[in-house]
Amino acid sequence: MATKLVERPKLNFFEKIYLSSILHGLALTFGHIVRLFRGKTKVVMQYPEEKWDSNLPEYYRGAPALVTDEHGRERCVACQLCEFICPPRAITITPEEIPNNDPWAKVEKRPKAFEIDMIRCIYCGMCEEVCPEQAIFLRKDYAITGESRAEMVHDKRKLYEIGGVRTGLVNKWNELK
Amino acid sequence: MDWFLIITTLIKIVVVVFLAILPSVAYSVYFERRVSAWIQDRLGPNRVGPLGLLQPIADGLKFLLKEDVTPGHVNKFYFWLAPALVLVPALVTCAVLPFGSEMQLPLWLQDLIGTKANIPMVIADLDTGPLFIFAISSLGVYGIVLAGWASNSKYPFLGGVRSSSQMISYEIALGLSIVPLLMIYGDLHLGKIVAAQAKEGWSLLPFWTEGHAFAFDLKKIALAVPVGISFIVFMTAIFAETNRVPFDLAECETELVGGYHTEYSSMKFALFFLGEYAAMIVGSCFAVTLFFGGWTLPFGLSAQQLGAVGPGIALFQFLTLFIKVFLFVLFFIWVRWTLPRFRYDQLMRLGWVWLFEIALVNIILTAGLLIAFR
Ligand code: SF4
Ligand code: SF4
Repeated sequence: MATKLVERPKLNFFEKIYLSSILHGLALTFGHIVRLFRGKTKVVMQYPEEKWDSNLPEYYRGAPALVTDEHGRERCVACQLCEFICPPRAITITPEEIPNNDPWAKVEKRPKAFEIDMIRCIYCGMCEEVCPEQAIFLRKDYAITGESRAEMVHDKRKLYEIGGVRTGLVNKWNELK
Repeated sequence: MDWFLIITTLIKIVVVVFLAILPSVAYSVYFERRVSAWIQDRLGPNRVGPLGLLQPIADGLKFLLKEDVTPGHVNKFYFWLAPALVLVPALVTCAVLPFGSEMQLPLWLQDLIGTKANIPMVIADLDTGPLFIFAISSLGVYGIVLAGWASNSKYPFLGGVRSSSQMISYEIALGLSIVPLLMIYGDLHLGKIVAAQAKEGWSLLPFWTEGHAFAFDLKKIALAVPVGISFIVFMTAIFAETNRVPFDLAECETELVGGYHTEYSSMKFALFFLGEYAAMIVGSCFAVTLFFGGWTLPFGLSAQQLGAVGPGIALFQFLTLFIKVFLFVLFFIWVRWTLPRFRYDQLMRLGWVWLFEIALVNIILTAGLLIAFR
């Protein structure tokens, strides 16, 4: 086995009694203060006033939300795959049957209630990945706050509100089927 | 006369402890956070009030309102005693530190209370100031050791053990380091040491002899060498004594979670915090008193203020001391955010092999110089 001997740096006397290195360090940190006050340091963002929103990357994983498509159909078919996959079990779905007189009756199933508990959600994106219907997406909203636990549960209405309409998705339920 | 002494002493205690030390503790925490942020290219707390200046008040409220958890596995009595044992010695030591010369009451007040006595601007006018400080401030370590022991959990325990061995190895160097000064001034009375510095120039500023600025006095300049050495040893030991980086082995967030106060919460934790900062402030005050002329101005500008002075000048003296101490506290903070922590064996080596010997040799050097320039 090849061994490599690490050479300890040779310290001169002043370095050995710490003083020179201490002074050097003090000068270094003081330099940082001076540079900050002369405005040469790019300071951290002042969060609520300045935001990074316009720089969020395409793949940013914010709050999960449901989407409708250009036909105004809610895309979720209540297959409950996301409910199963969700690691912290944040999603609760109550499915219902679509009545026969509905134009989209052949889809057969839709969520009656769809709740995501945003206290539990870990923004992992599993729900988006697993969804066979391209119905749930992680949006760029990250400041999800509320004053009570109940407020932190996003119900169906809220989820569609965040999700909005997404066009250009595959439509499985066109006339050919 | 007795009631006069008692009442003035009480007033002095209230003013020094509650109007000077505790608020400065709160604000040194604020400066600690601000300066650390500046050093790390951040901004620090700047939201609460203008420039974040109300932050300490918010912090204090937070500490008061937080739930106070006493874990089930601790030794309750010592667990409760420990925080007080850390804070109290730190505050008691400030009793002998002079913060001015002597205050003469304005005439109407003299008539009102019917006495012509002056008020010495020190809480307890002891003849053994430094000894008192050493004796009391080393009690602070009992608080830390007890906290570590009573918490009945391994990280606090390690913190407590480290703290006690650290304290043993630094106390000696701390005590020995100021012996040269005591030899030079020939007195253990802090007020007299300050008065001597007012007349003859600060210990560390030897370019002043009685009546002449920038005078070249060979004796003083020669003596500045041992004084300088003892200043370095003293400062190092004070850093260790107050458990500040680079000697914060008892606390040591990165290795020991929170060290001796891992199990503490709410106000009890805050007391440890206050104790640490109060010790730092009193330590700075002590260093200023010994080496930088206490409440005096440099170059003999305060030589006329030595006797009894009016309230205005007394306040001015107090502020002078306050500003010096503030600069020292900034230095403490600056060092904390610059240096890494010493390893345990390095610390022991530094304490026993270097500082102790240097302090001893320094005493002999001072004695030699004092004989040579007699
Ligand atoms: S992002 Fe992850 S945690 Fe959040 S709802 Fe989707 S699957 Fe659950
Ligand atoms: S969002 Fe997608 S995965 Fe979840 S129930 Fe609806 S269709 Fe199924």
